[in-house]
Amino acid sequence: MNKTAEYVIIGGGVIGCSIAYNLAKKGAKNIVLIEKKYLTSGATGRCGAGVRMQFGTETNCLLAKKSIEMFENLEEELGYQGSIEFKQGGYLLLAYTEKMVEQFHKNLGVQHKLGIPSSWVTPEEAKEIVPHLNIQGLLGATFCGKDGHCNPFKTTDAYAKAAERLGVEIMTYTEVIKLLARDGRITGVETDKGTIEAPVVVLCAGSYSRDLAATLGIDLPLTPERHQILVTEPVEMMQGPMVMSFYHGLYCQQVPHGSFVMGLGDPNEPKEYNYNGTWQFLHEMAAKVTFLLPPLANLRVVRQWAGLYDLTPDRQQILGSIPGFEGLHLAAGFSGHGFMIAPMTGKLMAEHILGEETSLPISMFDFSRFARGELYVEPSVV
Amino acid sequence: MCDDKNKDLTILCRCEDITLEEIREYINQGVTDLEQLKRLLRVGMGPCQGRTCTPLLVNEIAKATGRPVKDIPLTVFRQPTTAVKLGVLAGGINHE
Repeated sequence: MNKTAEYVIIGGGVIGCSIAYNLAKKGAKNIVLIEKKYLTSGATGRCGAGVRMQFGTETNCLLAKKSIEMFENLEEELGYQGSIEFKQGGYLLLAYTEKMVEQFHKNLGVQHKLGIPSSWVTPEEAKEIVPHLNIQGLLGATFCGKDGHCNPFKTTDAYAKAAERLGVEIMTYTEVIKLLARDGRITGVETDKGTIEAPVVVLCAGSYSRDLAATLGIDLPLTPERHQILVTEPVEMMQGPMVMSFYHGLYCQQVPHGSFVMGLGDPNEPKEYNYNGTWQFLHEMAAKVTFLLPPLANLRVVRQWAGLYDLTPDRQQILGSIPGFEGLHLAAGFSGHGFMIAPMTGKLMAEHILGEETSLPISMFDFSRFARGELYVEPSVV
Repeated sequence: MCDDKNKDLTILCRCEDITLEEIREYINQGVTDLEQLKRLLRVGMGPCQGRTCTPLLVNEIAKATGRPVKDIPLTVFRQPTTAVKLGVLAGGINHE
């Protein structure tokens, strides 16, 4: 199957599909998207799929704010027949220490400057928002009613179908083995089904971007970190917002289907490709969530799974070109918040790839910041 | 058994109330991958974890694609084997 393309996108998650759609929408032709397994088989399909504007850095706030505005109209924009199940029930971020209170107020300052409708709430007000919340030990919280949740499979499907209608070729069950370059520029990719020659390659394969970049000797500072999630049986709607506690490292959301989806971060996880679930997670998750949200003790766990964060040293994505390899672009290292900023990221990457001025600055996300030692830490990530 | 008039009410995934007709619609659109059907329709995502619907789905895919049943890849079965209450899982651990 040797062939040529103008643009090769590696990775069939929400980021890859969003970039493919945005490129095609701007008139780019001959785009091929390659996915090792099925669409959403990586981080996208395993994520908690929360969507929030409440970040601590201005750029993430902006990326998320614009993305949420796009999520609100995504079905129309993409001409999707189904529903992406966007629910704007808000996000309630809990503060348990003085340091967190201080950080949250700092975050609110950043958010308010950008017009994000978030606010500080007392423990009593938090209980009004989520009546079954245990406020023991709680110092306060921040709440933004425009935050929410979206179905990651449907969202990716919507982007993929819209991209295909605009002529993008999507090749699933095709694995990219290595990137090809000559004389300082990218020339294509080698897959398990043959070579695809292309002058532009976009790498957005989550943690696997590191291995692919390594085929050109590029050292991407990406580490895979396992995160586990579980889902309960569906019940009557009882919880509007996503409840998130950086103190407990957890998030818990009732999705429109009625199920509760919840997950935990564990900074002590070995940094490796590990998709196995553990019983320790079930116990820890259950103990923490039934403390925070006691009535959930009666819900049955139906399923658990694991996925990988593609973590960077500052928990911020890497967007842009890779120096030394003309035509090679990267959108990876989303550190657990890629899904929620995918609509805007796809647009910005398409603009960047086509050499246009980007609608929002992306230079702070460039690959070279690590070499310069200019880390750009996002404080609000689980 | 549903009569002809109500043939769209043949429930194939009992946990998620997904009908045979809905599934055939997706298969006709070219979604013949069990992993994709599961994610787009929630078939097999309910409490029974696909114990009832997966074999039926595999048959449908085999019929539509002409592939032998043994060549249709299955989805991953996930723990817990049976639905367990969060309260039971949390039991025995002291809350701070």
